[in-house]
Amino acid sequence: MSDKLLKVDNLRVSYHTYAGEVQAVRGVSFELDEGETLALVGESGCGKSVTARSLMRLNKVPPAEIKAESRVLFQGENIYDFDQNRLRRYRGQDAAMIFQDAMAALNPTMTIGKQVAETLLHHQALSKKAAREQVRQLLQQVGISEPERRLRQYPHELSGGMRQRVMIAIAFANQPRLLIADEPTTALDVTIQAQIIDLMKQLQQIHKTAVIMITHDLGVVANLAQRIAVMYAGTIVERGSSREIFYHPRHPYTNMLLEAVPRLDQPEDKELASIAGTPPDLLNPPPGCPFCSRCRYCMDICLKQRPPVYQFEPDHQADCWLYALEKPAEDAPFTRRDDHE
Amino acid sequence: MSENPVLLEVSHIKKYFDSGSGHWLKAVDDVSFSIHQGETLGLVGESGCGKTTCGRTIMGMYQKTAGLVRYRGQDVHALKGKALFAFRKDAQMIFQDPYASLDPRMTVSDIIGEGLDVHHLVRNRQERTKRIYELLDLVELNHEHANRFIHEFSGGQRQRIGIARALAVNPSFLVLDEPISALDVSIQAQVVNLLKKLQQEQGLTYLFIAHDLAMVKHISDRVAVMYLGKIVEITRSGELYAHPRHPYTAALLSAIPIPDPDVEAKRERGRIKLAGEVLSPIDPPPGCRFASRCPYATEICRQETPELTGEGDGHWVACYHQLNR
Repeated sequence: MSDKLLKVDNLRVSYHTYAGEVQAVRGVSFELDEGETLALVGESGCGKSVTARSLMRLNKVPPAEIKAESRVLFQGENIYDFDQNRLRRYRGQDAAMIFQDAMAALNPTMTIGKQVAETLLHHQALSKKAAREQVRQLLQQVGISEPERRLRQYPHELSGGMRQRVMIAIAFANQPRLLIADEPTTALDVTIQAQIIDLMKQLQQIHKTAVIMITHDLGVVANLAQRIAVMYAGTIVERGSSREIFYHPRHPYTNMLLEAVPRLDQPEDKELASIAGTPPDLLNPPPGCPFCSRCRYCMDICLKQRPPVYQFEPDHQADCWLYALEKPAEDAPFTRRDDHE
Repeated sequence: MSENPVLLEVSHIKKYFDSGSGHWLKAVDDVSFSIHQGETLGLVGESGCGKTTCGRTIMGMYQKTAGLVRYRGQDVHALKGKALFAFRKDAQMIFQDPYASLDPRMTVSDIIGEGLDVHHLVRNRQERTKRIYELLDLVELNHEHANRFIHEFSGGQRQRIGIARALAVNPSFLVLDEPISALDVSIQAQVVNLLKKLQQEQGLTYLFIAHDLAMVKHISDRVAVMYLGKIVEITRSGELYAHPRHPYTAALLSAIPIPDPDVEAKRERGRIKLAGEVLSPIDPPPGCRFASRCPYATEICRQETPELTGEGDGHWVACYHQLNR
């Protein structure tokens, strides 16, 4: 297990604002194998995008501050020790990123062809002509019809789905080992979302790329993730294989998140579980469990101390006091659908 | 629900926008449906299909291009004076963006109280305060919130304020235009449960506009599916999911991921994959609007526009090649 592609260890990111220090990411650790897909799931403001951006060193420092103890090891090397040259090679060649808003991520004053070629020319010794040919192939690969015409167009001339395809083409241009996708389909309609997810899966299989998928949509996660990490208020509260998380959620937050979304294949009269309240303010994060103010099972200790990591299966952990005590709450654990497995 | 009298009847409504140089954007093109009292009709479709325009035209916020909207038997677009004033009280709207639809310079009590003042529903200050507190209780907010400003609230709380404002004037009909799309999953469930509770308590009638078919199915009695300005299918929500007859509905349903890995793995094989993207609503081609992406399209689909037809079972479809028959 020493050949992990990526190892994130105690990542802490804060933002210094006029109101004070916002502790956006408060000690996140996870690992990623070659070729696997990990989903980081959470609601807005839980720190999932900040986490994703720090894996590419994209957080602007200041106002951001990456705490000294944070380590992001890519093939054993800490990316925060990289010099400019190594960092440039890391971004684009070793790792690539896809963003939610393709219109904002692409340069509006450059043609599509030029933008894709730029990535190729930066990392590979190619003639302009050869680069152009590769761009044409890449666009074809991501399902853009008439690539010859498209590569002379500007981003505003394309539809949302097309722009996302161009971003995917740029991301896969240098066959990266790691792809970070930050809500790549959130802004798209469902039928287009299905197309884009298909495309990403297909390319991932061809290139054996490891993917970190940031999303709030549990449906998308069920479709493509092998492992899932659930984030809440800057920390990962539960992690495990996709099946474990969906069928045996252990953290009350995960459980309620799953019960709160209506499913197409369920009768309409099933009431949705609603989580009262809102996530805590990360200017003054609570000393104990971040979820305790909204949790049905909240105990005294939850308010005072950060919960310990509790191990269930070899690959399933939850940070929750319910399991650490000698006598857990009566109606916990919340294993859904015991008929599975 | 269908035993109840019809509250709103929309027949052959059209709304075209002039997009210059003799071109027309046909946002809503010949749409008909009716809503019974106490019912929730879901209106779903992808972005740009005309569902919001449809809702706004029904409310008289847009002038119609053609067609007729009858509310309690009266033509909405012909209302004047007192009748219009009464309609504006009886039919209320809740918007998608609670950040944009509430005045940042008004306190919550003024936002909720404005309707009370305009329609003279309270006689004095005490009664006004009492009614505002009642409404805050109704949407599960605290009394202390009354004197605060909008920027002090989260998205879910703002949406509750929008709901309290709409309910202040005792309406019987609400148009909810993507009321939960801007909210987080856990907050969505809060608002949807609240809307369901309010409907049961007050016998409200909803037109629920959204793009999230799973949520629409959850809240609606019947669902209408829109594609490029036209309704392609309308039926009871359970029936729509179990037996979609329009190829677009079938594709839309199969594209929505279900949060369950085993179910997803099974569905993956049978998934209908739509190629291409939605056409522009500016000067759409003749024939069925979906023909360019439809796997079943034949010559007739490209030449003639299919009518919305039903067989008395309340399941209406506009297609020459219906599925599940």
